Amino acid sequence: MSMAGEENRAEVRKRSETGTLLDARGLTKRFGDILANDLVDLAINKGEIHALLGENGAGKSTLVKMFYGSLEPDAGAINWQGERVTITSPAVARSLGIGMVFQHFSLFEALTVVENIALALEGAGDMKALAQRIEDVSTEYGLPLDPNAVVADLPVGIRQRIEIVRCLLQEPRLIIMDEPTSVLTPQEADKLFLTLQRLASEGCAVLYISHRLEEVQRICHHATILRHGKVVRECDPSKETPASLARMMVGTEVMGVSLGAHQASGGAVRLGISNLSAKPGTPFATELRSINLGVRAGEVIAIAGVAGNGQGELFDAISGEMPVGRDMIRLDDEACGHRGVNWRRRKNAAFVPEERLGHGAVPGMKLSENIVLTRHGTGDGLASGGFVSTAKAGEMEQRIKAKYDVRMSHDDPEARSLSGGNLQKFVVGRELDRKPGVLVVNQPTWGVDAGAAALIRQALIDLARSGSAVLVISQDLDEIFEIADRIAVISRGYLSEPEDARKMTRERIGLLMAGGAETTAGAA
Amino acid sequence: MRIELVKRKEHSSLMTLLSPLVAVGLTLVAAAILFTISGKDPLLGLYKFFIEPLTDTWSLQEIIVKATPLVLIACGLSVCYLSNNWNIGAEGQFVFGALCGSFLPVIFPEFANGATLPMMLLFGAAGGAAWAMIPALLKTRFNTNEILTSLMLVYVAGLLLDYLVRGPWRDPGGYNFPESRIFSDAATLPVIGDGRMSISAPIAVIVVIVLAVVLAKTLKGFEIRVMGESPRAGSFAGFSAKRLTIFAFALSGALAGVAGTMEVSGSLNQLLPSISPGYGFTAIIVAFLGRLNPVGILIAGFVLALSYIGGEAVQASMGVSDKIASVIQGLLLFFVLACDTFILYKLRFVKKRKAVAIGEASHV
Repeated sequence: MSMAGEENRAEVRKRSETGTLLDARGLTKRFGDILANDLVDLAINKGEIHALLGENGAGKSTLVKMFYGSLEPDAGAINWQGERVTITSPAVARSLGIGMVFQHFSLFEALTVVENIALALEGAGDMKALAQRIEDVSTEYGLPLDPNAVVADLPVGIRQRIEIVRCLLQEPRLIIMDEPTSVLTPQEADKLFLTLQRLASEGCAVLYISHRLEEVQRICHHATILRHGKVVRECDPSKETPASLARMMVGTEVMGVSLGAHQASGGAVRLGISNLSAKPGTPFATELRSINLGVRAGEVIAIAGVAGNGQGELFDAISGEMPVGRDMIRLDDEACGHRGVNWRRRKNAAFVPEERLGHGAVPGMKLSENIVLTRHGTGDGLASGGFVSTAKAGEMEQRIKAKYDVRMSHDDPEARSLSGGNLQKFVVGRELDRKPGVLVVNQPTWGVDAGAAALIRQALIDLARSGSAVLVISQDLDEIFEIADRIAVISRGYLSEPEDARKMTRERIGLLMAGGAETTAGAA
Repeated sequence: MRIELVKRKEHSSLMTLLSPLVAVGLTLVAAAILFTISGKDPLLGLYKFFIEPLTDTWSLQEIIVKATPLVLIACGLSVCYLSNNWNIGAEGQFVFGALCGSFLPVIFPEFANGATLPMMLLFGAAGGAAWAMIPALLKTRFNTNEILTSLMLVYVAGLLLDYLVRGPWRDPGGYNFPESRIFSDAATLPVIGDGRMSISAPIAVIVVIVLAVVLAKTLKGFEIRVMGESPRAGSFAGFSAKRLTIFAFALSGALAGVAGTMEVSGSLNQLLPSISPGYGFTAIIVAFLGRLNPVGILIAGFVLALSYIGGEAVQASMGVSDKIASVIQGLLLFFVLACDTFILYKLRFVKKRKAVAIGEASHV
């Protein structure tokens, strides 16, 4: 047992009036050269909502995977209700009473709710009885579900309910939740919090992973903070502020973003979208319905929305990966809905898609080659006479690396070897390096740690203030309020009219997300 | 003890080079076992199969003659496979190309001048490309699986050839043998030296060099590699997956068609019911053993051609079935694909911890 654990344990004892449910001691997990978890001590009491905080790569996922049996610790011990256990597989975890709700859902879209749940339950037996149980349990916990609905027809918030109900049916004593609110509207999140509080009052413990410090502060009884694989602090989040929690996670003060002069109107419309409608390309895609928007020089417009409401389709229509009607998209007043992505890039537009690996960058190619990917047609001298200039690409790679602080273990590595935050700095930097007149970014800081996120957000604002039009599509409301001049909301393929960010509230965004966008869409 | 496959952060360039060598080594071991099982001296068998053909000029020339079509076809296939287009039907494109290339000397034997050969090669390329266009268009238009369609067309082309040499294209003065007429000198590829080697070999080398430059240095080569690895990123770069599918199939079909034409014009001098010992299929192994890299393909082409000659040699001198050549080729592909796993993964041995009794899992 480690010495470092001693002082923490004193504090743990103080709050363990309800009895310890899970007690991990000295958990260590190594991946190659990286110590993902280094002598981690963590105690979860019965009936508490326990927050696990840390930046990306701090070791949160590794830790909970060891609790859920999908990873085995290299050293250390896990005690469950006072008895030492070895959790060799998720099945063992479930039999102990540990359930997990994943950030990325594992549901079959073509099956119904009850079929999906039956697949996960051992010996599900009679489907009718199971459907009845699903209805009972889900209503009881305030998360009503129609057992016979097909998953493909359900919005993301409901899909998450399925995962939670599936977990509840196994009568867990501890539920692990990984970023549960990232796909919910504020109102849906409120509902989830009520369910969690109800569960806690019944003695079920919740291990809650989130980047949203406000909600951690609001609902969690205790927090453990990881940095570089080690427990650095434990605290009572209700006695902290979001800023102090962020400081504990990052280890230093997080740089604030400065908005600079606010330029809400006056500039010329550089990116115009009028009556943009597009039928879905696949059965699970969202239809875009008569979208209107004008992004002016000098401003940042942010589009809020819950995942899967047409953000990806809108991005593809603006970038040119999905061709639409000629007059639906205008760049600097030139109609180009029918043009390809490189034509639009030559008109000084730049795009950063949501998915870094596999869309914004080719995983197995070097960074310099990934520069050629989006810039071979923009007259940077990367491709002349059909030949690619590796020297020029290498030069640009050096420049972008230095300017946007992209950290790497050796020079010009393959894109897949970079951490999420560093790769994001690279794919954003690659486009900013062109000083584009129009920049469209989908999820600019998705999964990026606080330091890198601040750098990227500041760069977006600076670009807008230098006379460009910036459109940000994001699911992170904190981010949207931090950088946007005007805010619009996308819901089921409808886009609301953008409104002044200073007058916008979370409640109003929540209402628009829940369908209000459809009624205000025509007004634009 | 448990063995885990762990993903590497980047692909290992050492394993990229080592993998085909390890595969060849494992194939040798497997071949030795095969010889032992069939009651032959394994060392003698390996010697006769792999070494002896390299020791005299006649069989060296034969190896080059057989390596030429393999290299040409595999070059085309590498473009397909790099760009994620699974053309398995090069054998059919080879045969149909040979048919089209033979059209002039069979139907218009009097048309014999300096233009004959170039036109034959042109017809051969066009024929092979046209045959490859069928699966390509089916894929881009109707989303059919190109593996199935291209493979099925192999048999169609084979039966068409069989029909022609037994029927309309049969040599009128050939005593009813199922053969076409012998090509005129003007329709025969010039020979190098005094053996069976024709100018097809240097043509294959030129194709290798051009393709190596295109793949490594040009935007087209970049497009091919991007599309193969990440089609979504490719469309973000402004490349069209459909156009590239057409391009890759057309190129590999044309190269297979040229190879087929050069085979009938340079080695056989007439059409026969069967004109290929499975070059189109063996070329798939050549392409992968050669790392889908033109220079690698050149080396791999020799190795696989050697297996044809070696197979004949052990059949003649040791009485082993010549099917052993196909078995060894198959083993080689199997081992290459298996070894390729280690380019992106490494092995790790994990000591199993002793399982501690799990506390009774009682639900409350």
